[in-house]
Amino acid sequence: MSVAENQAAAGRGSARAVAIVSSLGRFLVVAVTTYLGLLAVTFFIGRVIPIDPVLAVLGDRAPTAVVERTRREMGLDLPWIEQFYLYVKAALRGDFGTSVLTTNPVMSDIRRVFPATIELATLGTFIGAVIGVPLGVLAAVKRGSLIDQVARIVGLIGYSVPIFWLGLLGLVLFYAKLQWIAFPARLDVVYEYTFTPITGFYLLDAAIQGQWDVFYDAWRHIVLPAALLGYLSLAYISRMTRSFMLNELAQEYIVAARAKGLSERRIIWGHALRNAAVPMVTVIALSYANLLEGSVLTETVFSWPGIGLYITNSLQNADMNAVLGGTIAIGSVFIAINLFSDLLYRLLDPRTKTG
Amino acid sequence: MTASVVLSRREWLLSDRPASRLQARLGRAYVAWRRFSANRLALIGMLIIIALLVVAAFADVLTPYSPTVGDLKNARLLPPGAAHWFGTDDLGRDIYSRVVYGARWTLYVVILVAIIAAPIGLLVGTIAGYAGGWTDTILMRITDIFLAFPKLVLALAFVAALGPGIENAVLAIAITSWPPYARIARAETLTVRNSDYIKAVQLMGASPFRIVLRHIMPLCISSLIIRVTLDMAGIILTAAGLGFLGLGAQPPLPEWGAMIASGRRFILDQWWVAAAPGAAILIVSLGFNLLGDGLRDALDPRSGDQ
Repeated sequence: MSVAENQAAAGRGSARAVAIVSSLGRFLVVAVTTYLGLLAVTFFIGRVIPIDPVLAVLGDRAPTAVVERTRREMGLDLPWIEQFYLYVKAALRGDFGTSVLTTNPVMSDIRRVFPATIELATLGTFIGAVIGVPLGVLAAVKRGSLIDQVARIVGLIGYSVPIFWLGLLGLVLFYAKLQWIAFPARLDVVYEYTFTPITGFYLLDAAIQGQWDVFYDAWRHIVLPAALLGYLSLAYISRMTRSFMLNELAQEYIVAARAKGLSERRIIWGHALRNAAVPMVTVIALSYANLLEGSVLTETVFSWPGIGLYITNSLQNADMNAVLGGTIAIGSVFIAINLFSDLLYRLLDPRTKTG
Repeated sequence: MTASVVLSRREWLLSDRPASRLQARLGRAYVAWRRFSANRLALIGMLIIIALLVVAAFADVLTPYSPTVGDLKNARLLPPGAAHWFGTDDLGRDIYSRVVYGARWTLYVVILVAIIAAPIGLLVGTIAGYAGGWTDTILMRITDIFLAFPKLVLALAFVAALGPGIENAVLAIAITSWPPYARIARAETLTVRNSDYIKAVQLMGASPFRIVLRHIMPLCISSLIIRVTLDMAGIILTAAGLGFLGLGAQPPLPEWGAMIASGRRFILDQWWVAAAPGAAILIVSLGFNLLGDGLRDALDPRSGDQ
């Protein structure tokens, strides 16, 4: 390698390093401001909208002395900006107050219920990706064909259907009429007391412990809600896959590959899909984030003891600490997935490498 | 009307050298309409939305029963039949009548959200795009922050604090749905900001306020309308979700989401209580999605059919 080439290579290397550092810097700024924004909004909801937060905690019959003391204890006599500072500090420690309903710290409640939501959303995204990606590829390759039309209709209905309604109809059909699945819950009552979870993901726990009867029971409970969430993400993933693939198939390297005489199969699955892989990862990550949110309604329908059900139960009991803690928990994961998929896109996409 | 008149009218519309502003506008509308009406799915979507408007307007005429007062003695939880097309609910109310009146509440929600959220987005986006610099950075940072939030969960928290009710649900949805409009308006603003006609208006001494309001905003409207139409389905679904959780419309309002919630208790034996309102939500959302897709393809040829 000549000196000039070496220098050029070094230059490219440093340009790449600069690009990575600047992406990381941008990532940090965006992450910090977005999280502060989330906390600002929940602070606003919890402290500003209620006319008197003390009243919300104590009720209207508390003696004046108690009201005054509580006001000081809650830090409500401080200026707003200081209140917000204390709020952020507490949130960073994971302190979201105590749930009125369960009398536990909100954080420990969230830790208990979150695995159920993760298990459901993960299985849902898995179903959505496994079916959605091939469907989108086929729709793009056979553009205008029957399969393209079917994929389009399936996607449109997925965008338009109220998921809680579809869940209820699913229960009528698969639970009441056909009896293929179990009633809305996470496990049968029999297993609730004999089964000890390790990770909180029941399917995994049952498999680790070799309790296949529990595994089968957990599967019968999770399959319908997971399939529903899977359908939502399938609608999104297949539509985006189709669009990415159409984009790639119009590129010149496809023509070159055809001219080289490569098989159509290799061109589509090996070349085009591989180039669409980076945005696809982003889309799948985003659909995962959306499912975490979509779980609020699904969990209510299926009595699935995850964070969504926790939030709605707390809502019905006016338990604001729990509602806002749950909102921050879902919001944090949602934002994290958003940010990381964005960062991943910037780091992996060849076009942004030299940029 | 003879064929030659039709042809000449068509030629007049498609003329390359329109003689008046009216002719140019009509011509453009005609071209857009031709592109739109070639899309069969988009036409179906438009028909659904027209049907929704008609049903909402003539709900009194179309319904044989009251949507809020039922016949508890004789008509409790009746299955669908000749007297009650979609059956009756647990309070003996005719579900068909309630679904028809529900069209009004659905329209009420989407229209209110659109007229709150779209102008906010338009204002933020055009100001950020035209002003540039720090104003742009700060406004867009705020927009991005809101864009990164989970919408339904945030709307849930807002309604929890504001108290349940259809107006508060509208407010919560509007607060969480303006950021995409700001993004679009800013992008459109950036493309026209340095064009000659803006410079000309600046030279004539127009204030920035006037330029944004009179010369930039009108150009953002068409892409905004497309986006709002595409978002309508999402707004309906979020509103229905809030209603389902008991945070939106309160009984006895015949709102579709709340109707599904009240049907949930009887879902295994009297499935029809929840079935009809859900089907109504599905059809209307589908209509808005089809219409929005069609509008986008017709008015914005750049996006193609991807």
